[in-house]
This record gives sequence, structure tokens and C-alpha cells, in this order.
Amino acid sequence: MLELKDFRTKVHNDWCPGCGDFGILNAVQMALFELKLEPYNVAIFSGIGCSGKTPHFVNTYGFHTLHGRVLPIATGAKLANMELTVVAVGGDGDGFGIGAGHFVHTGRRNLDFTYVVHDNQVYGLTKGQSSPTLPKGEQTKSMPFPAIVEGINPIATAISSGYTFVARSYALDVRHLKEILKAAVLHRGSALVDVLQTCPTYNDINTKEWYAGADLPSKAPRLYKLEDTGYDGTVKDPADHNEVTQKKVQAMTRSFEWGDKIPIGLFYRIQEPTYEDMIATRMPSFKEVPLTKQDLYGRDVSDLFQELS
Amino acid sequence: MVALDKETLFGDIHKEFPTHSGHKNEVSPGGGIVYDAALKLKPEDIGRPDVNLYPVPYLDVLVSALKETGHEHELSKYQVMTNTVAFGASTALIDYDFNTVSEAIKEGFKGRKAALGDLNVKAAQHGYDYIKNNFHDGFGYKLHPVPSSEKRMVIRGVQAVGIGKFKAGCAFQTYYPITPATDESEYLENHQKNYNIVVVQTEDEISAILMATGAAHAGVRSSTSTSGPGFSLMAEGLGWAGHTEAPGPVVILWQRAGPSTGLPTRTEQGDLQFVLHAGHGEFPRMVVAPGDVMECFYDTFDAFNYAERFQMPVVVIADKFLASSYRTVPIPDSNNLKIDRGQIAAEADLAGKNPYKRYELTPLGVSPRSLPGTKGGIFHTTGDEHDELGGITENSENRIKMMQKRMHKLQLAAELIPDEKKVNFFGPQKADVTLVGWGSTKGAILDGMEDLEADAIRCNFLQIRYMSPFPTELVTKYLSNSNRKVLVEGNYSGQLGAIIREQTGVVMDYKVLKYNGRSFSQNEVYEGVKEAIKNGSKEVVMAHA
Repeated sequence: MLELKDFRTKVHNDWCPGCGDFGILNAVQMALFELKLEPYNVAIFSGIGCSGKTPHFVNTYGFHTLHGRVLPIATGAKLANMELTVVAVGGDGDGFGIGAGHFVHTGRRNLDFTYVVHDNQVYGLTKGQSSPTLPKGEQTKSMPFPAIVEGINPIATAISSGYTFVARSYALDVRHLKEILKAAVLHRGSALVDVLQTCPTYNDINTKEWYAGADLPSKAPRLYKLEDTGYDGTVKDPADHNEVTQKKVQAMTRSFEWGDKIPIGLFYRIQEPTYEDMIATRMPSFKEVPLTKQDLYGRDVSDLFQELS
Repeated sequence: MVALDKETLFGDIHKEFPTHSGHKNEVSPGGGIVYDAALKLKPEDIGRPDVNLYPVPYLDVLVSALKETGHEHELSKYQVMTNTVAFGASTALIDYDFNTVSEAIKEGFKGRKAALGDLNVKAAQHGYDYIKNNFHDGFGYKLHPVPSSEKRMVIRGVQAVGIGKFKAGCAFQTYYPITPATDESEYLENHQKNYNIVVVQTEDEISAILMATGAAHAGVRSSTSTSGPGFSLMAEGLGWAGHTEAPGPVVILWQRAGPSTGLPTRTEQGDLQFVLHAGHGEFPRMVVAPGDVMECFYDTFDAFNYAERFQMPVVVIADKFLASSYRTVPIPDSNNLKIDRGQIAAEADLAGKNPYKRYELTPLGVSPRSLPGTKGGIFHTTGDEHDELGGITENSENRIKMMQKRMHKLQLAAELIPDEKKVNFFGPQKADVTLVGWGSTKGAILDGMEDLEADAIRCNFLQIRYMSPFPTELVTKYLSNSNRKVLVEGNYSGQLGAIIREQTGVVMDYKVLKYNGRSFSQNEVYEGVKEAIKNGSKEVVMAHA
């Protein structure tokens, strides 16, 4: 019988006390455990940044890659062995800054995998510069001046890039995050989970108290759950162009809510053929046996030579 | 020479930025020029009393062909076929078998275009007949089929590399479109269904190399293919592959003339030093430089074996000239090629190994790898310096051991790669001149050697194939016996010469270089080497277009 501890490693963790990364790590481990996945059938990929160390703390196959490059490496591994459950994690700078090109094009492919973004609006590992998700005009404590460029909207970008499962959660609400992650992993297709996360060391604006609404006159939490409002982001009929458009517009509109009220939950979901499905239309064997298990070595290539004679 | 227009003969020197001064001067004495009689040129206009002139009224001949087929009213539609007229005329001069000409034309017009093919055959026939009816058979060059029992094929470098990949079992290819590399990926994709290869057109070359590296780590043989600008983007990824000891990918670098966009459709050997050093820090990589189409096939095949055996990226460095020139070669027997997937730790091997050490320090430096999905084989890897378990550490002793482990694999490779794959040596052991080169200059050098021999200059030729690990002992052995060493290389600085000096201390006596984007010709090897050794020119720069 698998236990939750089977997903943990003994590697020393050097994240700052109170870091939102702990919540995400716990939620990832719990989600994999509750999905009853064998650790050896899971591979976790990360970029560079504080979040990049995540794979070292999870007892599955783990690849700590390059800054901004987690998605291509994860994609290659998944295509090589589609039986693996692939989860990619990375920071907001990693995914929406240096890796923005990969983020967009990975969505277009709709590979069956999950991408978890640690979204804390700062570059923590390099000591607090603004990340691509920091709103214009904001100034965190190590910035000499406020940001003079617009922040990226990960949810809207994901939807327009082709991700078929687009959700947001909060690192300090581990139960919510875990459920979202489970749904993301079960989803067939590319899932983005944008995780709002506190950085107690460098982000002195979007703090735990700020998310809790302590500064608001109403003292009401800023975060609210889409599912509590009757919002339904799931496309029922992917062939219905009107429904698809309506669900996308609805999700994008919600994604621009920021300030006193911030939605979390599932913004958009649609069932579309995956990249694997599309490859199989050209190459049927692809879905029957993973490439890693096909015996392709030392084949007879005489017909290829004959073709040229 | 077949000149379709005046510019072919005289160039465009009247233009503000001329590109060439005409090809009429390149025709060998005794050769011939077929050109359009409508240009009304006098022999003195062409100024080559030593060659035969064949003015053919292209348009009139075409009209006669169209009349015969009832298409004379569609001249404007078919005017382009004057090129087929000229082609047909040229084949008559060399007495070429017209059936072969006819078949070759029809080969280019299949299916819906078959009628057009027939029309072109007719145009060629009329061009052919025009020569036979109007000129005496005084042309000195004839071309007849050579009887051969050997089965032959016509193949380009991109195809040879592609077939090498299929033979090796490569199942994953990535690329971003770039000249002249794209043809290779398209060749692979065209055979995707029967050969089970996933071909991914990525968003850029950064993604291309890393996707291939991810696939290699996961356990398939993978590759990517690019040219200089793309390879520049791959530098960081190459380092990650080397540092994490990925069993690949195999990177095919089809060089073109750089720097920057350079001469994007032309050839050069300008990336050798870059390939050997691309990426920050020090990590092992293998670099092999095939010299002809069949070496493209064999070296690509070997590259996958070595990538997995030594767990490092392998770069096959070729160029535009090899990529796209056609060669007629015998069909090789490839049944004896052996697959070597290196040390893979399967579930049974892993039982009792807890924890499994992906980067276990072994005497040879290679650690058995498990494939993700294998029970008991869980490992972590990272681009940070790591310990045997793949955990991040900045420990001093560990750093030294891990650097030595990784770099030692190159020494191991140097010991295990057979000598006959590392270099090729042609000609007598003792000679007046030793030519030294690499890559696609091989053919021109071998041909040029014949001319040098005919001119009583006895020469041999050392072709270096493995650049990393560099065959230091072999190169030293061959070059230390040589009186005069002439480097023949398609770049500005003589990059191989610098590497030889760095690795062996041997200094080239002369350099024959070419960097105008064009490949070396047989003549140029002869002329360049002769200029170097007769006149003592240390550096000769060739410029034929």
C-alpha cells in the first residue's frame, strides 16, 4: 500500500520559512498520492528559481532543468514515454518571462500533461526583482522604483494559447490546490494551474494578510472560489463553436478581475484531441506502444536505399 | 556549358552591385557552349577561340516542337520550355542516350503533369535534332552509360543522415525550419508512418535541442538538426545535456556560411571551433565530421551508439554542400551494423540497489542509467552540480570527482572508437606533400590529388573525422612524417589547423582556404596546393564562384 510519505524525499529543504512553495509541494505530493499513482510512473520537471528545487523533494523521477526551459524537456520526455504522468513546475519568471515562447507553443500542442506555475510576482532566487506577473505601478521591497510595464495575465494567455484546462489556486489553501491539481492531472490535455503564492522574503505587497483582505474596510478575503458562485467553465460540446467562444470569453473576463476580489478555481476546460492523438493520426503505432518500448533498433533500411536507386 | 541567357555568358558586371562576371571563362579548353542564336553573338564577342560554340535558336526550335503537337498558339504559356530545348541540345553533343533523357524528363512530370512531361520530351527531342542536323560531330567529350553489376543509388547528405537515423532506431526528431537543414527533417517526416519517428517542428532551436534531450533521458534515441544560427541558440541546452549525462541527443549541424545570417544558402566550414566550445563551462561532447554521403550515413549511425554508451551529446558536423549535392554511390550492406545502447539498469538490475545512484562514480565514468517508468529506478537530475544521487551540492570534493567523472568519458571514448573511424589516410605513406582536411572538401581533395600526381607532385591526404575526442596520437603520427603540410579548409582562419596545433603542436606549413560560400573544386585544390608549394605562399585564398 502506498503512503503519502512514499512521495517524500529526505533531501534538505532550504526554502525560506513561510514560503508558499511548501504549500504547493505538499499539494503536489498529496494529489499524486490520492490519485494512487506509482511514484516510478511519475516524472516531475522544473525550471530554475526557488520552485525549481521541487523535484528534489518529491520521490518520483525528477528533472531540474534550465531557466525557462522546463516545458520543452517535459514535452520530449512525455512524447518518448506517454505512459508517464508528467508534471512540470516553474516560477512566473521562468514560465512567462524567459520561457514565454515555450508557454504559448506548448499550449498550442495540447500535450497531455500538467503545468504548475508558482506565481508570486517576484524573482525570489535573485532577490526580488519584478516578475512578469507584477502589475504595472507596483513596487515590492527590493525594487528601486515601481514597475513601468504591464503584467502578464497567465489565465488569459493560457486560454488564447490553447491550454484545455486553465485554473488558478492559492498556495496557502492546500486543500483547494490539491483538488485542482488532481483534476488537472486527470484532464486529458495541457493543463495550466496558476498558483498564487506568497513570498514572505521579497513580496511585501501580496502577503498572506493581503490575500486575506486585512487591509480592506470589509476585512473580507480577496480570494473567492469560482465554483461557489455557480460559475461553470467546462465546455459541454466542443463542436459547438458558440459555446466554446462564450466559455472562453467568460473565462477571460473573469481572469482580469484583480484587486479587492480575485477569483480562484477552474476558469476553462474543454476536451479536445491531444497532441498524442494528433500524432497517432499520422502514425498509428504511436498510441499503441510508447516509443521507449518499441523495438526500432538496427532495422532493415534497404527499402530506403532502393527508393533512391 | 548551357547558357540560357546573356548574363550566364557575360555576368552582370553592368549592374551597380554585380554578383559575377560570367561563366564563359570557366569552360575548359575543348569544351562547348550552347547558347541562344537569337543573341546574334559573333565568336569574337564570346572571345573563347579554344572552345566550340553552338548557337541554337531556342524559340524557333521550341515553336517547331509545339507545332508538331498542335500547341503552336500557346507559345507564351510554354516559352519557359526553351530550357528543355537547350538541355536536349546539350545531350546531343555528348551523344547521350535519348531514351535516358526522355525518362529523366518524365520523372519530373508525374500524374496530372504527365502531358506536360511529354511536351517537354518533344522540346528536348527538337533541341537534340537541331544539334545533330546543324553541327558536325566534332565535340570531344562523350558520355555513355558505364556497365556495372553494382546496384547504385543517387543520394544526398540529408537522406544519408536520415537513413542513418532510421537504421539506428531514432524515434524522435525535432527541428526549427532553417536552410539547409530542413530537408533532413522533411525526409524523416515523409517516412514517419513506416519508420515510427515523431518529428516535432518546435517554436525555436532552444526548444528543439531540449525536447530531444528530454526524450533521450526518457529512453528513446533522439536527434535534432539545424544550421549555424540555430546551433547558436542550442548552446545552453547542449551544456545541460552534457552536464546531466543525457544519452543524447544527436545534433546534426549543417553548416552554412556565417556569421549571423551570412550567406544562408551557401556552404562553409566555419563552425568547427564553435561546435567544440559551444556552451559555458566544461562538459563532454562528441563531435564527428563526415566527409561524404556514405560517411554521413555511418557516422550518424555510430553517433547514436556513442551517445548512449558514453551518455553525452554527439554533434555530427556537416555542411550545405554535403546536405544538398547528389552523389551516385553503391548501395551499402548495412546488415552488419551493431546497436549498442550502453548500460541500462532494468528493474531486475535495480532490485536491492536502494537508493539507486544515477550518477554512481564508476572506474570508467559511465553510470548505468534507468529509464523513467522503471520500478526501483527513480532518480533526480539537475543542471546544478550534483552528487551520485542527483542531489544538488556545492561540496568541493564532490565537484572534483564529478568533473573528472564526466570528462573522463571522453578519454574512454578515445580508447574505444576504432582508429579507422577517427581519421582516413589516402595515398602513400611517404610523399612530397601531405594535404590535411575535414568534411566535405574530401571529394575535391581526392580529385585534386590526381592532378597533382599527374604534375609529378607526390601527395597523400589526412582526413580528420573525429574532432572530439581528438585523435591526437594518430594525427601526430601521420603529420610528423610529413615534409610539407598543406591545410585545405573552407573557412577564413584555418580552424582545423589551429586545433591540430593546439592538440599536437604540429604547425601547418601552408593553408589553402576558401570562404566565399562556394565549395572547393578539383581545380582549386590543384591550383591552391601548387601555388603554396611552388611559390611558397603561406596562405592561398581560393575564389572560384
